Amino acid sequence: MLGVVSLFVPAFSPAMINASLAFDCDSLIFDLEDSVALSEKDSARELLREALLNLDFFGKSVIVRINSLDSDLWYKDLEYVVDTPAWGAMVPKASPQGIKAVSDVLDRFESKLFIVPIIETALGVELVIDIIRASSRVKGLLFGAEDYALDMGIRRTREGEEILFARSRIANAIHAFGMEGLDTPFTDINDMEGLRLDTLKGKSLGYTGKAAINPRQIEVIKKVYLPSEEEVEFALRVLRALKRGEGRGVFIVDGRMVDAPIIARAKLTLRRAGLEVDQVD
Amino acid sequence: MINAVGREIPSKIEGYKKVTPFSGAFSILGSGVRASSRYKTVLPGEAKVLGSLRDAIERVGLSNGMTISFHHHLRNGDYVLNMVLDEIAKMGIRDIRIAPSALFECHAPLVEHIKKGVVVGIETNYIVGPVASAVSEGILDLPVIMRSHGGRDRAIEAGELHIDVAFIAAPSADVYGNVNGVCGPSACGSLGYAFSDARYADHVVVITDNLVDYPLFPISIDQTFIDYVVKVDKIGDPRGIVSGTTSITRDPLELKIAYMASQVVEASGLLVDGVSFQTGAGGTSLAVAKFVRDIMRERKIVGSFGLGGITGFFVDMLKEGLFKVLLDTQCFDLKAVESLREDRNHVEISSSMYGNPHNKGAVVNNLDVIILGATEIDLDFNVNVTTGSNGYIMGGSGGHSDTAAGSKLTVIVANLLRGRIPIVVDKVTTVTTPGETVDVLVTEHGIAVNPRREDIKRKLTDKRLPVVDILELRNRAYKLCGRPEDIEFGDKIVGVVEYRDGTVIDVIRRVKV
Repeated sequence: MLGVVSLFVPAFSPAMINASLAFDCDSLIFDLEDSVALSEKDSARELLREALLNLDFFGKSVIVRINSLDSDLWYKDLEYVVDTPAWGAMVPKASPQGIKAVSDVLDRFESKLFIVPIIETALGVELVIDIIRASSRVKGLLFGAEDYALDMGIRRTREGEEILFARSRIANAIHAFGMEGLDTPFTDINDMEGLRLDTLKGKSLGYTGKAAINPRQIEVIKKVYLPSEEEVEFALRVLRALKRGEGRGVFIVDGRMVDAPIIARAKLTLRRAGLEVDQVD
Repeated sequence: MINAVGREIPSKIEGYKKVTPFSGAFSILGSGVRASSRYKTVLPGEAKVLGSLRDAIERVGLSNGMTISFHHHLRNGDYVLNMVLDEIAKMGIRDIRIAPSALFECHAPLVEHIKKGVVVGIETNYIVGPVASAVSEGILDLPVIMRSHGGRDRAIEAGELHIDVAFIAAPSADVYGNVNGVCGPSACGSLGYAFSDARYADHVVVITDNLVDYPLFPISIDQTFIDYVVKVDKIGDPRGIVSGTTSITRDPLELKIAYMASQVVEASGLLVDGVSFQTGAGGTSLAVAKFVRDIMRERKIVGSFGLGGITGFFVDMLKEGLFKVLLDTQCFDLKAVESLREDRNHVEISSSMYGNPHNKGAVVNNLDVIILGATEIDLDFNVNVTTGSNGYIMGGSGGHSDTAAGSKLTVIVANLLRGRIPIVVDKVTTVTTPGETVDVLVTEHGIAVNPRREDIKRKLTDKRLPVVDILELRNRAYKLCGRPEDIEFGDKIVGVVEYRDGTVIDVIRRVKV
């Protein structure tokens, strides 16, 4: 699973890989693509494979971002990770044909890896549904706004109005297919308020989580996505009222009308907060 | 003998007083008569200012075998200890014992003085640098006695550490011996460590590079304790004097630890109006202070006092009204120095008032929360800040064991791994601070609570903080980088670690070179 926060970690650095184990993110995206120099690709693959085979990731999912399918590097990237405990392969500049090609390779290796396409081109946005349908291994998406903006020839802004269409389209697609979707990373690692606003935006559009490019971003993202104490308390009151038999059709909690969608949201809130819905007393 | 933290302590240590093994943080309750010091008449018209350091050394009658003391407020910029020892060596005086409150890299020339027999013994609270390495390798015949800040004052006041001559580096002094640390080109702020030296030494020599007309104002240590004043060109290098880490860490792991530590403080229930607080000056400690400050701002909490080791960060909190008072034994940066000079709510205190366990009540007894570091911490929560994982001395208690004992909540912040070295271990190399006075360990891999503090554990669990058993942290550390091999030591004892009450909590043996 991708979870609420997925942290990008360059795969060339033993120290960063070791440190990443300690961060409170749900998943780690070990990067073999942009953050690794061409001369370091081989050593990064070796290091990453050793880490995947020997380290305990303490319950975090591990995703490996392979190199672009336009390069001659991606196949070797996959070879190094197909038989490891990694959860998925993240495919940059996804296209339906590209996802199928990756999926075929994984089939040949009889690998258990899932696929997380990155939607980061204008065509990718248009074909997002075909990309999802290209393989049953696709279990989530990541929106990559930086490359998308480059492809569109538009300038990125802090507010992100220019990516609203693509962002919304991808968010809609993930829900149409019942999968997870990570919102685009916020690239200014020192602007925590900008990150918070950007995360709120993604959440409001329907993303289930967000990618982080710096560990300091994790807490901000979690604070936005995870239910607040007040939300948890309200959800508990709704489900307790339901249990007490007040749930005949519609009932009132804290002066608010409670019906089926509110009950469903309360259950989702508790699940997101890591609480067992069945054990509400 | 096995002491209360399970360390094997010899019943007799060559060159050390009668051994009393550590028997618990509050089992030795001091009571008795304070040591006396010499008094003498200075007649009207008699001058205290002398022409040279040599004059002063001759006037006080310094001779072979005596004990001299220094304070460490000039830290790694201190010139005074070296200049005094150089002069003593030139005069042919030998077998001197020195009692500096701390020694730094800048005191490297001391190694040569030890080799030549000028210096034969050291009693201090903290050593880093070449002297620490040389001591660890057995350069001295006598063991170094390592104390806490409060423990040093206790030893002086109890007469266990008798100072024949105290040499007090003074950023400002007047011609009659009044001293302060807040004025002059070498201003260092509080002179808290020097108060006991001034009060209890037989002779006191002030060394200053800023001699002013009488009377100096403000006065920190007054003329009635001072025999002589010597003017020199420079007492220190300002770049080394205010050298504490004063910027908040940007390291994501350290920030994570700091944030969790602030959540521990909040969950403890102590973060309410009137809270008192101390952190060190390291990047992680400052980050804890920042996160705690944010909570205080948000909840409009006004603390009673900040204690330290004061940094500009605490000064800002004082100015913002988040603390009513700062109680200051040493300043870590120029902002703190300026604040001590200008702000009447920023108060200089002696290290005895700060941490001496036998002085009718130290400030640490009124401290709510202390945030401390660790070189190692073991399954019994004993903390080592004296030796590194290679067995070499690289620090010392300073205020560590004083504040841990006094405060209501002692939080240790430490990375589980430092490089490839586990910080949580089965047994620490050297016990500096006993586990009974340590409540919580915060690492990037989770929070461990001392089983003695089930009350805190419940509070942290209620707040859904990631509480794990310390054994789990140890296992995780060993899993990530293996169990370190035991260090091999020789038999010779090169250091005695005294707990703040004067009992022996551990000994340091010679490293195998």
